[in-house]
Amino acid sequence: MAFSIYKYASPMTFYGLAGKLIPWFAWGAAILTVLGLYIAFFMAPTDFQQGEAYRIIFIHVPAAWMSMFIYIIMAFWSAVGLAWNTRLSFMMSRALAPTGAVFAFLSLWTGALWGKPMWGAWWVWDARLTSSLILFFLYVGIMALWSAIDDRRRSDRAGALLILVGAINVPIIYFSVKWWNTLHQGASVSLMKSPSMASIMLIGMLVLAIAAWFYAIATALTRVRGIILERERQTEWVKELLEKI
Amino acid sequence: MQWASWSAFWDMGGYGLYVWGSYGALFFLILAETFFLVRGRKRTLQQIRRMKNWEQQ
Repeated sequence: MAFSIYKYASPMTFYGLAGKLIPWFAWGAAILTVLGLYIAFFMAPTDFQQGEAYRIIFIHVPAAWMSMFIYIIMAFWSAVGLAWNTRLSFMMSRALAPTGAVFAFLSLWTGALWGKPMWGAWWVWDARLTSSLILFFLYVGIMALWSAIDDRRRSDRAGALLILVGAINVPIIYFSVKWWNTLHQGASVSLMKSPSMASIMLIGMLVLAIAAWFYAIATALTRVRGIILERERQTEWVKELLEKI
Repeated sequence: MQWASWSAFWDMGGYGLYVWGSYGALFFLILAETFFLVRGRKRTLQQIRRMKNWEQQ
C-alpha cells in the first residue's frame, strides 16, 4: 500500500492515473446532476413555508459545502507540501482553487437570490454571510498571490502559507450560526441529529452534493494534468508523451 | 407530477426570477469553467510543442 502511494506521488504516474479517472468522474457528475435536478424539480414537493423559492436549497447547500470542503483539501495539500516538499501537493492545491472559488461565488449568489424573497434583502452583514464572503476573497487572494510571484517555489510556499492561515475561517463559517445570532438559519442537516427536512428533499440535495464532488474532482484532475505538463516539460516522459498525442 | 403546466413550472409560484437566476448562474459557471479548462489544456500542449520545436532548431 505504502509503495503504491509513493508511486502515485510521482507526477508522471499521477498524470496517467488522473487521465483514466477523469471520464468516470465527469460522466458521474453529469448523470447525478440530471438525476438530482429531476428529484429537485419533479419529485420534491412544494415547501409549506417558502413555496417554490426553497428549491434554491438544492444548489445553495451543495455549493456552500463544496466551497468549504475544497478549502480544507487545499489546506491539507498545503500542509503536506510545506512539511515534505512534495511537488504534487502544491500542484493539487493550485488545481483546486478555481473550482473552490466558483463554488464560493455560487453559494453567495444563490444565497442572495434566496435571501431577497425570504428575508427581504439581497445581503446582510451577518456572521454566516460575511465569513462566506471572506472565503471567496481568500480564494481570489490566493490565486492572485500565486500569479504575482514569478519564482515557482516561492509562489507555491507563499500560497500554501496563506491557505493555512485562512483555514481558520472554515470553522468560523461552519459554527457561525451557533456562535452568533444570525439571520441565516441553522443547519438542517448534521451528523448528530436526524435532518429536519423531508426525506425526498434531503435525497435530492445529497445527490446534487455528490454530483458537485464528482465535478470538482474531474475539474481539479484536468487542471492538475495541465500543471504537471507545464512543470515537467523539460523531462523525457513529457517529450515522449507529446509525440504520441 | 408537481406542475399543472409548463408555464406554472417556469413561474415557480412567482419566484421564477430567483430560482432560475440561481440555476442559470450555476450552469453558466459550469459551462464557462469547462470551456476554459479545455482551452487551457490545448494551449498548454501547443506551448510545450512550440518550445520543443524551437529547442530542436
